[in-house]
Amino acid sequence: MKKKLRILIAKPGLDGHDRGAKVVARALRDAGFEVIYTGLHQTPEMIAEAAIQEDVDAVGLSILSGAHMTLFPEVMRLLKEKGADDILVFGGGIIPKEDMEVLYRMGCGQLFGPGTPTQEIVDYLKEKFPDRV
Amino acid sequence: MANEDIEKIKDEKERWLGCVNKGEPEKFQTVSGVPVDVLYTPADIKDLDYLYDLGFPGEYPFTRGIRHNMYRGRLWTMRQFSGFGTARDTNARYKFLLAHGETGLSVAFDFPTLYGRDSDDPMARGEVGRCGVAVSSLEDMETLFDGIPMGEVSTSMTINGPAAVLWAFYIVAAEKQGVPSEKLRGTIQNDILKEYIAQKSWLFPPEPSLRIITDIMAFGAKHVPKWNTISISGYHIREAGSTAAQELAFTLKDGMTYVEAGIKAGLDVDTFAPRLSFFFNSHLDFFEEIVKFRAARRIWAREMRETFKAKKPESWLLRFHTQTAGCTLTAQQPENNIVRTAFQALAAVLGGTQSLHTNSMDETWALPTEKAVLIALRTQQIIAEETGVINVIDPLGGSYYVEALTRELERQAYEYFEKIDALGGMVKAIEHGFPQREIAEASYRYQKAVDEGRRTVVGVNKYVLEGERLEIPILKIDPNVEKEQWERLARLRQRRDNERVKRALKDLKDACAGKDNVMYPILEAVRAYATLGEICGAMKEIFGTYSEPPMF
Repeated sequence: MKKKLRILIAKPGLDGHDRGAKVVARALRDAGFEVIYTGLHQTPEMIAEAAIQEDVDAVGLSILSGAHMTLFPEVMRLLKEKGADDILVFGGGIIPKEDMEVLYRMGCGQLFGPGTPTQEIVDYLKEKFPDRV
Repeated sequence: MANEDIEKIKDEKERWLGCVNKGEPEKFQTVSGVPVDVLYTPADIKDLDYLYDLGFPGEYPFTRGIRHNMYRGRLWTMRQFSGFGTARDTNARYKFLLAHGETGLSVAFDFPTLYGRDSDDPMARGEVGRCGVAVSSLEDMETLFDGIPMGEVSTSMTINGPAAVLWAFYIVAAEKQGVPSEKLRGTIQNDILKEYIAQKSWLFPPEPSLRIITDIMAFGAKHVPKWNTISISGYHIREAGSTAAQELAFTLKDGMTYVEAGIKAGLDVDTFAPRLSFFFNSHLDFFEEIVKFRAARRIWAREMRETFKAKKPESWLLRFHTQTAGCTLTAQQPENNIVRTAFQALAAVLGGTQSLHTNSMDETWALPTEKAVLIALRTQQIIAEETGVINVIDPLGGSYYVEALTRELERQAYEYFEKIDALGGMVKAIEHGFPQREIAEASYRYQKAVDEGRRTVVGVNKYVLEGERLEIPILKIDPNVEKEQWERLARLRQRRDNERVKRALKDLKDACAGKDNVMYPILEAVRAYATLGEICGAMKEIFGTYSEPPMF
């Protein structure tokens, strides 16, 4: 039997905008995935730790505060340091295109901007993890 | 109108409906999901009592507006919310906006400041100056207002958890310009309840937060009489995904909770109620927004007069600032956002706003460029000086639809008041997660409607441009801002009288633990150049901190 896809949705830093994170968490749950939401104000250390503890396949970071160029690389670095760089890091928020390009080059998964249909995120994750349901 | 006439109109409407194709009812509802009829007639407002329900502008119950002559007397304040990078960067933006006809300032702080943390706090990594200006000390506030006459300009500060401290920075910075606190005009948001509900930038638990707010109201009434000591905000509730009725209901209920807290603290309601102001969102549904503003005024006036027994007319009237809805802007074809914002701004003006911020087209990408913010400001100037809508007060008053919908929103708000009362009041309701859940539900419903194409978003799920490329410039924040702030803070901590800082912080903790008004020791700490993080840190030692259970 195929294992269920497990996703951690996380809000790093001080950013309090949680509308997007909550909508995405719910849409992924409705799509049949197992979803864990960290809640607000998580440090990169807390997120990397939670991702490993919860044995997730992917971490979705939601950042609307402009701190994405610090927080995405830091979460990826910590996962690597802990030997967990098989966990996919993807995300969304207010992120200029140029910054997206830089983050993709660092190995970040897809970044979804405002106006993304939630189905697009579901499809992306299904495609990334064909051996999960 | 006589009853028989109403009956005749009803009959005639039935007959007329026979000739009408009303379409599928679910397609014709407000953006909040309120079903609306194809046509409204006098039958829909047959119980409306003109003098009791509407009255005259500037008079109880203020449904039609809070001033006798509204915009003929004075236009709304054009106030663009802005802040980025260092205090020096933002100071230049303020001077630019004032030079182009802006009539009030509005400070956007960065996240560390909103959370009462200094720029060199470990949690501030990557956030300094990113989505607002970094203000960690009196020194930063002095720079922010350098060359701007604080005795003349009115300034709104979106600050909540640490509002008392940022306000103290402002008061002392003005003192240094030679302006006494009695002359200062402006607003601190200082609305902590909606932080727990929606914006999520809290510092302390609800109880001590309410105590600080009553201290601020008491201090303001005595020393800063022209200052709005609280701006009860629906904006963030709406941005978090609420409906119009939820925004209206939760905001007004928050307001009533502050009034109760003030009365409970022994203040006479008429000493602080006139300094309460409000802040609403102006969203996409044109008429629903207009009626939301009208309903808000009527409900507030009645509650203040009848429930809280305020005697001064100034205590009854609901003054408000409006910001167009950031959450309705699209990253796709961003130039279309200019049009969305213009309609939302027009709704705010037709709804009788006292002050207005118009969003810039590029805000789904980053903070606005000079060009984008200038177009947003020009939008307001065009409404004010070209369209003619300011000539007549409440021009939509009396419209069968507008009056019926005003009453409907009012009814929905009272339904929520009852639910909240049944839970034991707003603080208890928040602890139960009631408003948070209602908002999350509404936000998910909305997203699903968009995803399934039941709700159109131009450029996003309809009229999409394939292979679209972004053709507008995007503002970049200098990456050195964070380092510059660290260095500035290090120099400040070396230069100041650290013994005086220590004493001031100890006095502050004593006041927090006791009953004395916290504003006085905060002001002393600010004069000694204690930093924001140090002052809030001292208060946290006594008051504790707050966190919410994660739910979605």
